[in-house]
Amino acid sequence: MKHSKLWLLWLTIIVISGAYLTYLLIDGEDKTMFMPGAMTGGHHQIGVACEACHTDSFTDKEDMQKACESCHGEQRKKPFDSHPRAKFTDPRNADRLENIDALHCITCHVEHKPEITQKTGLTQPVDFCVHCHQDIAEERPSHAGMGFETCASAGCHNFHNNRALYTDFLVKHMHEADMLDKQKMPAREFASVLEDIATYPHDRYPVGKLEVKDMDAPEGMQVADDIVHDWVTTAHAGSGVNCTACHMVSGEDDKKVWDDHPDHRACQTCHDIEVNQFMQGKHGMRLKSGLSPMTPAQARLPMKADSHDTELTCNTCHQTHAYKLETAAVEACLGCHDDKHSIAYKNSSHYELWQKESKGELPEGSGVSCATCHMPRTSIDVSDWLRRVVVQHNQNATLVPNEKMIRPVCLNCHGLGFSIDALADEDLVQRNFKGKPSKHINSIDMAEQDNKRHLEETGGETF
Amino acid sequence: MNKTKLAVSMGTAIAIASATTTLNAAGDMVPVKAMADALHLVMDSDRTIYTRKIVNRLVKKDKVIKASEHFEDDKALVLPAQMFRFGAELVQKRSEKLPDVNFSYSLQSLWPVNRQNAPKTKAEKDGLKFVAENKGKNYYTEETLGGKKYFTAVYADTGVAPVCVSCHNKHKDSPKRDFKLGDVMGGVVIRIPIDG
Repeated sequence: MKHSKLWLLWLTIIVISGAYLTYLLIDGEDKTMFMPGAMTGGHHQIGVACEACHTDSFTDKEDMQKACESCHGEQRKKPFDSHPRAKFTDPRNADRLENIDALHCITCHVEHKPEITQKTGLTQPVDFCVHCHQDIAEERPSHAGMGFETCASAGCHNFHNNRALYTDFLVKHMHEADMLDKQKMPAREFASVLEDIATYPHDRYPVGKLEVKDMDAPEGMQVADDIVHDWVTTAHAGSGVNCTACHMVSGEDDKKVWDDHPDHRACQTCHDIEVNQFMQGKHGMRLKSGLSPMTPAQARLPMKADSHDTELTCNTCHQTHAYKLETAAVEACLGCHDDKHSIAYKNSSHYELWQKESKGELPEGSGVSCATCHMPRTSIDVSDWLRRVVVQHNQNATLVPNEKMIRPVCLNCHGLGFSIDALADEDLVQRNFKGKPSKHINSIDMAEQDNKRHLEETGGETF
Repeated sequence: MNKTKLAVSMGTAIAIASATTTLNAAGDMVPVKAMADALHLVMDSDRTIYTRKIVNRLVKKDKVIKASEHFEDDKALVLPAQMFRFGAELVQKRSEKLPDVNFSYSLQSLWPVNRQNAPKTKAEKDGLKFVAENKGKNYYTEETLGGKKYFTAVYADTGVAPVCVSCHNKHKDSPKRDFKLGDVMGGVVIRIPIDG
C-alpha cells in the first residue's frame, strides 16, 4: 500500500513536470531551461527564442546556415569576407572541405559551448589557418618561422575581414603620421539622395519645408506645444515629413490608423536600411526575433542601475519628435553604458574634439562621439545600383575583432600604423584612447620588408 | 561607351551562337567535351573583348582610367583575370541551385600570382603542364574529387596583350618574371560532373 502511494506520487510528479515542460517548450517565451549550454555574448539576448536560429530543424546544417546569414549575410560577402562560400564550393577544394567544412558558420562558431568559445566567437582550435596556408613562408619570406598562434594576432590576419590588413594596403599606408593632415568624418547624405531612393514615399510626402500650419494631425487632436516645437525644428519638418508619415500605421485589414506611439516599423518606411542594421546589432536583435525590446538589465556589460528597465527602440536614443543627433551620438549611450571604456570617454581627447564641434569651434565632422566609432558613417552599397553614406546602426559591424574599425573609423583621422597599434593595446582601449599606444604590431614592418625585397628583385619597378 | 557595350554584346552573342550550334549538332545529349569546349569559347571570347575593348582601350589608348587588382580602393577597372574569376564565382553560386547545369571553372597557373591558384589536383597539374608544352592543344581527362566524378578540360591561357605580360612580370608575388608576348601563362580548367 505504502509502495503504491509512492508510485502514484512519482507518477503525478512526472505527469505534472512533463506537462509543464511541454507547455514551456511549445508556448513558453523563456526556453533557456532546455539549453545545452550558456550562449555567447553575441546571441545571449535572443537565447529565449530558440526558433530564431533553430528554424525548421535542429539537425539540418543548411537551415542553420540560413538563420546565420539572415543576420550576418551581408558581412560574409566580398570585399568584407576574404573567405566567402564561393571559394570553397569549387570541387578543386573538396580536399580542403574534408579538413574543415568552411561552407557552414557553425563549423567554427558553435553555440552553447562557453568552455571552448574564444573572444571572437571562434570554437575551432587556433591552428585552422595551417590547413591551407602551411607553406606561406615560401610566398612571404617574412613569415618564416612564425607559429600558427600568431596568424590572428591583433593587427595581422582575420579569417573574414582583412580589408585594412592586406599587404598592398599596409604598403600603401606604411609611413603615415599618427595624425593625418585631414581629420574629418564623412558627411551625412541621406537628404541629397532622396530622389534616388525608390522606396521613399515621394508621392505622399514630397520633399519641401513644412510649417506649423501644415501639420496634418487628425482634426481636434491637441498637440502639446513642445511636440510642435520639436517637430518643426527638425529635419523631418524641414523635408516634408508630416505627422501622419509616422503616426498612421497599418491596422487591421491593412487599414491605416493613427497610433500615438508608433514603433520601429514606422521609421522603417524611410529608414529601412538603418532599422534593419539596428535589428542586426545588440540593441535591436530582440525585436528582429519577435521578442520584447532589449533592456540594459539584460546586458552582460556594466550598465547604470537607473537605466535597467529602459526599453531600446529607435526613439530611446533618438528622442521622439526632437531627434537630436548630437544627443543620440553621446548622451544616449552614456545614459546606460557604465563600463571603463565608456566612463573614460569624457576624459579623452576624442571628447574634447566633440565638445569643440558642438560649440561650433570646429567644423562638422571634426568631433569624435561614441557613435563616430561604434555607429560610423560609412559609404555602403545600399542596392546593386546605389552607394551612399549610411550611419551604421549595427555596432557589431565594427566591434569584434576591433580591426574592423580601422577602415570605416580610425583612418578618417589617424595613420594605419598608429591605428593598428592603438587597437591592439587593451589598456589604451580601456582608457578610451587617452595617451599613445604602448604596443607595436609589426605587420606593416613585415609588409615593408617584403616590398623592399620585391623592389630590389625588379630593379625598383612597381606594377 | 555605347560602342564598348555593343562590342561586348556582339562578342557574347557570337560566342553563345557558336556554343548553341555545337549543342544542336550533338543532338539531345550534349557530348561533355563539346559542352566544355563551348563553355570555354564563351569565356575566352568575353575575356578577350573585355581586355581589348575596355581595359586596353581605356587604360593604354585613351589613358582615362587605371586597371587595378584593388579596383575598389583605387576606383579603377577590374583586371581581366579578376573579371574572369568573379564570373566563375557567380556561376559557382548560381549553379548550386541548378543541378542540371552544375559546372565550375577556374583560372590557374604553374606560375600563379596568388599561390591559391596553383594547380592542386593531378589533372590540373598534368593539364597545365600539357597545354604549356603543346601549344594549340587542349587537355581532357576524368577525375574524382570529394567522391564525385568529373570530366575535366584544361585550355591554354596565353598572354595576348602586352599589359598581361608586363603586369605578371612586375607583380611582387609573381614567381616568374620573364614572360613574353604569346607565351602560355596559365590555363582555364573546366569541370563538369559526369556521374549524374
